[in-house]
Amino acid sequence: MNRGTLLLFAVAVLIGLPLIVVALSLLNPQWDTLQHLWQTVIPEYIGHSVILLFAVGTGVTLLGVSTAWCISQYDFPGWRWLSWALLLPLAMPAYITAYTYTSLLDYAGPVQGVIRDIFSVNIGEYWFPQIRSLNGAIFVLCIVLYPYVYLITRSAFMQQSTTAFESAKTLGASSLRSFWKVALPLARPAIATGVTLALMETLADYGTMEYFGVTVFTTGIFRTWYGIGDAQGALQLSALLLVFVIILIMVERYSRRRARFYQQRSATKPPQRRPLSGWRAALASLVCWLPVVLGFVIPATQLLLWSVQKSEIWQQSEFWMLTFNTLWLGLLAALITVTLALWLAYGRRRHPTRPLRAAISLAGMGYAIPGIVIAVGLLSPLAWLDNQIIAISEWVFDFNPGLLFSGTVIALLFAYSVRFLSVSLQTVNSGLEQITPQMDDTARTLGASGKRILWRVHLPLLRSPLLAALILVLVDVMKELPATLVLRPFDFNTLAVRAFEMASDERLADAGPPALMIVAVGLIPVIMLSRALRSKTLKAGE
Amino acid sequence: MSTLLNIDAVSIQLSGDLIVDRLSLSLEPGDIGCLLGPSGCGKTTLLRAIAGFIPVSGGKIELHGTTVSSSQMQIPTEHREVGMMFQDFSLFPHLTVADNIRFGINRLPKKQQEERVKELLIRIGLNGYQNRYPHELSGGQQQRIALARALAPKPKLMLLDEPFSSLDAELREVLAHDVRRLLKEEGITALLVTHDQQEAFAMADKSGVMYSGQLLQWETPYALYHQPTHQLVADFIGRGVLLNGEIREHQLHCAFGVIEHSQLHNKPDMSVNFLVRPDDVLINNDSSMQAIVVGCGFRGSHYLYTLELADTSHVLAVGPSHQPLKTGEQIGIDIDFDHLVVFDSSLCELPD
Repeated sequence: MNRGTLLLFAVAVLIGLPLIVVALSLLNPQWDTLQHLWQTVIPEYIGHSVILLFAVGTGVTLLGVSTAWCISQYDFPGWRWLSWALLLPLAMPAYITAYTYTSLLDYAGPVQGVIRDIFSVNIGEYWFPQIRSLNGAIFVLCIVLYPYVYLITRSAFMQQSTTAFESAKTLGASSLRSFWKVALPLARPAIATGVTLALMETLADYGTMEYFGVTVFTTGIFRTWYGIGDAQGALQLSALLLVFVIILIMVERYSRRRARFYQQRSATKPPQRRPLSGWRAALASLVCWLPVVLGFVIPATQLLLWSVQKSEIWQQSEFWMLTFNTLWLGLLAALITVTLALWLAYGRRRHPTRPLRAAISLAGMGYAIPGIVIAVGLLSPLAWLDNQIIAISEWVFDFNPGLLFSGTVIALLFAYSVRFLSVSLQTVNSGLEQITPQMDDTARTLGASGKRILWRVHLPLLRSPLLAALILVLVDVMKELPATLVLRPFDFNTLAVRAFEMASDERLADAGPPALMIVAVGLIPVIMLSRALRSKTLKAGE
Repeated sequence: MSTLLNIDAVSIQLSGDLIVDRLSLSLEPGDIGCLLGPSGCGKTTLLRAIAGFIPVSGGKIELHGTTVSSSQMQIPTEHREVGMMFQDFSLFPHLTVADNIRFGINRLPKKQQEERVKELLIRIGLNGYQNRYPHELSGGQQQRIALARALAPKPKLMLLDEPFSSLDAELREVLAHDVRRLLKEEGITALLVTHDQQEAFAMADKSGVMYSGQLLQWETPYALYHQPTHQLVADFIGRGVLLNGEIREHQLHCAFGVIEHSQLHNKPDMSVNFLVRPDDVLINNDSSMQAIVVGCGFRGSHYLYTLELADTSHVLAVGPSHQPLKTGEQIGIDIDFDHLVVFDSSLCELPD
């Protein structure tokens, strides 16, 4: 290995550091801590997590697959519009949706108010579901996370050749049977991937669970860390949460093990849309409208109402400072991760050695790891490093430099790089894949130097993936809550933290403007995504 | 005239495996050479070594008398003036047709660039396509643009790696002739790699068959077909079967009876394999030599029959398209060897 590769390898491992710290804590179990946790909280955490995984898994599958099927197969009024509107909930962080529904469905909210007015009943005299509950959390996560399943399954259905489905029908199978026996099994690996993504978000969610008072690992880790100040306990809980994530990844890998057999040849025609009319068209419209309304229209309207109600916030310079602060932090994190991703991706392209590939895979695991786990895994080594630096500095210079890493924005940027490197790595890699090695070779036979190849061939072709990666990371950082809460420097705020704090103080309307800001910026990648999908659909000859 | 490309006992190792084994060949200026061979025989590796993408572990490669690759040194690709065309064309998707073609002549003055682009586009019949993007073109058009791009800097040598394999059969033949015409007009020497012998026959002045890293024969396509010097060449090129026979006193004793041929005059007595092409077997019902039709394939302009001889060995024969013979029918045949190709059957024919 030469020096460049070694450095690359070191950076990749450094990115994997929090993961390693948490995993190592499993090798060094603190039995009394663990025993205490087992006797008190862990069974409840596991119970709630398992219920959440099953319920959200079922919910997002139903919503995602049914909408994907309607949009990919049928021609009914509004399908073009709905095909991208169904992605809108992606712009909504789950905790913000949770705030809006709490406001709507709580005792004091308009829905129960109307019920009381109509039936002339008082609080306690009628039954109404409690939104701030495990069931409420399931509902919120389903309507926010189904787009993962919709997005991936839809392309799977579109790529399926008409011939598979049509040959099933010529063999005498009804449409329904063809769907169950051919289309659905062919799309199964895609569905599994989408559901896994949704479930990872479920396990990583902190904001919704905290607000709804659902005790799960993320809230437990937070409480153990801050409430009890028990670092070991928090690490052990993180490790347990990590076990859940690993099981999830393994299930997904297992379900995809035969995915390559399902790969369709590219030359197949895209499916011919079947026109629907009458009640069938109405049903398809309803199926597709429902998640859009529940997942975006209602919460976004509530946010707008709050923002109008609290219009004075928009004139406060403090709010704009906060917005600027968040954008600046997000942009910095985006620049760092994209630069790292570019460097790692080129390193792998040039020296695809086994250790380097393994290290890069480790570095790319971050997105699967809940933010709170990364924060906890990062804080212990950084705090140790800071204490060493303070000790040395006091001994040599008789000067205490303070917490250089763990108490500053550096820790935050480090955590964001760990969590979101995979996002930019994937985007950059998919861009690099378009640049075949033959293109480099061709350019060289045409007399181009390495520099000219970079400027004339690579950069122009990578421009849009790089921009996409920057925006994706920026938006993810803006939405990120748990890691920011744990690692932010004293008195340092982002929009997400402000919204969280206002909601925790039961000042929901004050959470409106910052939340609206997050959603507004979050819409940019959704629009980009839908445009990319549209041009793909156009290319497929529609 | 001096030799343009000279490959002298070149060996190439890739991650420890010997891919090309002491291979030699040369091309005169303006010639089009073609390397045939099954996939994995090392032909593409050799091409990539000539382009300078991979080093050689032994021997040397000379272009215009200058050594460009040897085990000691390697001139970088961009200084070799070698053009290359890939199987997937590798057009730059973000550049227009004109910018793609201009890519390699960016050092010329703007006006000359324009003229060269126009000249090449006229020559490939795509003038007016300057501002199109590659994805707007058909496969055949992309292929011709890729050729124009490679030709633009007037390379000394043009390398073509399976240039037609991603196109359909009909287009392939038309393009093979177009490409040959273009190369000849520009006076550019070229080396082509393919597994399709029709392509080789259509394009090449010289061609050879590669097999596990060795070049078995380097000849005109005519000689390769009619006078293969190696059983593997006979097997790989064209249709035909190898039959067993015995040479006794300069006569070949075999299933066809006793054959006399000028080729046999200097051959000692031995047991041999000899090549029977479909064009050596003539269907003639007046002939006394009998065969049974056991297989029949319609080829449009003709039928290709599989015939069973008295000793149950099979040969191929061509018959007219209009009066098909039936399977099981007994027919008479004549044997007329223009070229008789015999191999000593006691020799192990696989290269080591």
